[in-house]
Formats: sequence, C-alpha cells, structure tokens
Amino acid sequence: MNALSSYLILSALLFSLGLYTVITRKNAVAILMGIELILNAANVNFIAFSKFVTHDVEGHLMAVFIIMLAAAEAAVALAIILNLYNDHGNINVDEANALKR
Amino acid sequence: MGEVIFWVIWALVAVSAMIVAFSKNLVYSVFSLLATFVGVAGIYIFLNADFLAVTQIVIYVGGILVLLVFGIMLTNRIVVARITQSSLQRTTGLVVVGAIFLVLVLTMLEQPWPLAESAAEFDSTVDKIGRLLFGDYLILFEVASVLLLGALIGAATLARKES
Repeated sequence: MNALSSYLILSALLFSLGLYTVITRKNAVAILMGIELILNAANVNFIAFSKFVTHDVEGHLMAVFIIMLAAAEAAVALAIILNLYNDHGNINVDEANALKR
Repeated sequence: MGEVIFWVIWALVAVSAMIVAFSKNLVYSVFSLLATFVGVAGIYIFLNADFLAVTQIVIYVGGILVLLVFGIMLTNRIVVARITQSSLQRTTGLVVVGAIFLVLVLTMLEQPWPLAESAAEFDSTVDKIGRLLFGDYLILFEVASVLLLGALIGAATLARKES
C-alpha cells in the first residue's frame, strides 16, 4: 500500500459516511453535516493528488474554493432551515413537501 | 513517530465521521464533526498543505461548525436535554453506501496513478497560492467574492422575520 492510497481510502470513507448521513437522516441540520463530510472528502483527494501526482498547488486552490463554497452554502442553508422551522415547527425534511403554506 | 501520529489522526477522522453518521444524538454528531474537521486539518499538515490546514480550522471549526450548532439550538426546544434524531431506510442506505465505498476503494487501489518519482515537499504553500490567486485564478477569485456577497445578502434576507 503506497502513501497515496491511505489518503484515498480515508477520503472514500468520509465520502461514504457523508452520503449515508445525507440519505438516511431526517433532520436538515444533520443532512448539512453530511454534505460537509462529502466536501471534506473531496478536499482530501485534491490535496493528496496535488502532493503525490501533480506536484503543484493548483489542487490546493480548488480546495480553497471548495471551502469558500461550503461556507456560503452553510449560511444560506441555515437561513432556509430557520424558515422551515418557523413554518413547520420541526426540520424533518420528509415532512417538508409543500411549496406553499 | 510521524507514521504513528498519522495513523492516530487517520483513526480519529474515521471514528468521528462514523459517530457523525451513526449517532442517535444530534449534539454528539455535531461535536464529533469538530473532531473530524480538526483531524482533516491534521491530514492536510501531513500533505504539506499548511495554508489549507489553517483555513480549515478558521472556516470550518470557527465558522461552519458554530453555524451548525446555532442551527441545532434554534430549531429544537432547548428544555429537552436530549436532542435525538431519527433516520430513514437505515439498512438500504447502509447496503448502498457500503457498495459505493467498496467500489471506490477497489477502483482507487487498482488504478495505476501516474505517481511522481517522489512526493512533493512544499516549504510553504502560502506564497504559491497567493501568486496563483492573483494571477491565473484572478477571475475565479473575484467571482467567489461576489458569490460570498450574494450568499451574505441572501442568508440575511431569508432569515429575517417577515414584518
């Protein structure tokens, strides 16, 4: 097992656990946590490849932009979740099936 | 020694991510997400990504995690000490995700990656990242700033109480 594979396996594990969180959780905040796990898995891959394969920092730049997108996405998602809570009294995504009150 | 520390951090990330995915208590999930983020920052340090490690701590731990905790606290009645959460289709999800994980790992191990002769050892990535950000990636950088402004305004508008 070379040094790259340990990072790749870790990121595959993070991605799978994040995907599991996204598809099984009812709570919207928990789903958001799953999305963050998936984005972290992508970042680990980008940086591992930039160290072991391409030898430059362009992968690091992609990771910077992914982190920036994650921050923007978390802020907007939290605002949507707060609205959902005000309308429904809970944030279970399987009950949020109406476009209009 | 470095090898041992690497595997300890590896195990920390793996176990805490599992707690995030499987814990019944939402508060346990969010706090083990803290361990995952810090562990991933440690992994970045092993990959010579010093700038990314600091960014990870500042933005994920200092920003996104605090937002998530706020989200949990604002959307549950605080008097209920145990904030539990239920899940849907655990078995199906586990089977599907387990299959995806196996396929991913097998593909990654089988694939003959064009590995460089030796792993890159960056002294510091800050200089290189800064030059790229204000050189080749300048447009992307500016678009990102506009996107962040849009997200700021959008989040503030959405979260405001209707008057």
